[in-house]
Amino acid sequence: MADEGNKVVDALRETGFFKPKKMYDGGKVIVGIIILFALVAFPFLYNVGKAAKAPEPEIDTPAIKKLSKAERVCVEPRPYMKVNHMKLLTDWRDQVVRQAKRDYVGFTKKTYTMSLQNTCLECHSNYDNFCNRCHTYSGITPHCWTCHVNKPKEWAAGKLKEEK
Amino acid sequence: MGFNLACYFSLFAVIVLVLVPFVGAAAGWHVIFGIVIPYLAGFIFLAGLIYRIVKWARTPVPYRIPTTCGQNRSLPWIRRSLRDKLENPENTIHVIGRMALEVLFFRSLFRNLRTELRPWREYPEGGRLLYWSTKWLWIGAIAFHYSFLVVLSRHLKFFTEPVPFFVPFVESVDSFFQIYVPAVYMSGIVLLAALIYLLVRRIADPKLHYLSLAADYFPLFLILGIGISGVLMRYFFKVDIVAVKQLAVALVTFHPTVPEGIGVIFYIHLFLVSTLLAYFPSSKLVHMAGIFFSMTRNMAGNNRAIRHINPWEYPVRVFSYMDQENMFRKQMKAAGIPLEKDTEE
Repeated sequence: MADEGNKVVDALRETGFFKPKKMYDGGKVIVGIIILFALVAFPFLYNVGKAAKAPEPEIDTPAIKKLSKAERVCVEPRPYMKVNHMKLLTDWRDQVVRQAKRDYVGFTKKTYTMSLQNTCLECHSNYDNFCNRCHTYSGITPHCWTCHVNKPKEWAAGKLKEEK
Repeated sequence: MGFNLACYFSLFAVIVLVLVPFVGAAAGWHVIFGIVIPYLAGFIFLAGLIYRIVKWARTPVPYRIPTTCGQNRSLPWIRRSLRDKLENPENTIHVIGRMALEVLFFRSLFRNLRTELRPWREYPEGGRLLYWSTKWLWIGAIAFHYSFLVVLSRHLKFFTEPVPFFVPFVESVDSFFQIYVPAVYMSGIVLLAALIYLLVRRIADPKLHYLSLAADYFPLFLILGIGISGVLMRYFFKVDIVAVKQLAVALVTFHPTVPEGIGVIFYIHLFLVSTLLAYFPSSKLVHMAGIFFSMTRNMAGNNRAIRHINPWEYPVRVFSYMDQENMFRKQMKAAGIPLEKDTEE
């Protein structure tokens, strides 16, 4: 009677039950590893065969072309504007809306009116080829345009037509 | 309340990890901090995780571990609710349910109890033992993990061109209140708040403080460093986002280039993330993969229905009663103990 347990073990040994396994539940584990790999590799696989070019905002609008070379500057130096324009716009908004201050002295000591539509978009009238280039590339959706109009002249012309 | 050596050590380790790229980027080693280290860290992360997973999968588990928090499957007239089926599963579908509760909702942390000896008016010389449910750790863990997931999925916008549809959706929900420009993300605030809670919990509770090791403090400080550097980069010390995305896309398309003029705060952020990735497989953070190998969670409690054989080579040496009688027959007979088999007769 005592040998019955050993007999079971012997029978199992013959079937290869005790052979050192590579992995227990190997199928499930491999599925798990594939899921892990897919998650990590997602950005790699997503971009395969796509040559992503860096966006280049265009600064050749009529208003800018009219300016002489020396005058072709923004309110602050270009590297500053590239990185901090959103901060500047927030500051402008706060000063205009909360303190009724509308004058901004740029780095060239020239005074500008703090206004997105009337000052910024005066020169940068090409929303699609200027603002949107980098914003689309970086996946940024600024909420400026929930209130402001990004093409004021076209918008005004459209309104006039409607009224007629 | 107090700091111990482990806490100080972890804090200073993270401070050093901040200083390394600070000095390195100032010295102009952008290729090392922008390309070499991130690739190396990513490789260690993936290879290390797979190594750990395969190692776990090759380890035999001798027993099914039934959990007693739900009615096991028994006689047909003993009722089992859905709760019992999830707490004490009998088949794979129920096990998947239990794992999902664990992985998605941290069921075992939700069960957390606190034992406390409270003074009792009717028994002033002793006290009353109270068990009460504490959900603070669960809330902290849920807040941390889910906000981290949201933050991580938001970062996909740097690695993909064009940005997949769900990233803007996550972002718009995350910045729902539209405070400030760039819009403040709720997930960032929740992430930092949860991390600070999880850290303060370890420092302020004497019992936890006693239990905590450097391996507990270091990940908290490290992820806190990542979060703080990310928040600083987004709202305060701005960097050229287009250049950052160029670098990220260059990394994932295997055309690594380092664009000029990215602020040092970016290299600090990237270096801390690389450290986290490289540290991940050898730390307690591997519970990301390890949770699927928790044998109190991932095995059906069907011990009574199915015979399970220990997968270890385990030849049991049996010493039966007859072996004993054969060995001591003479002595037993001399002592007058009745024998099964008397060979001398």
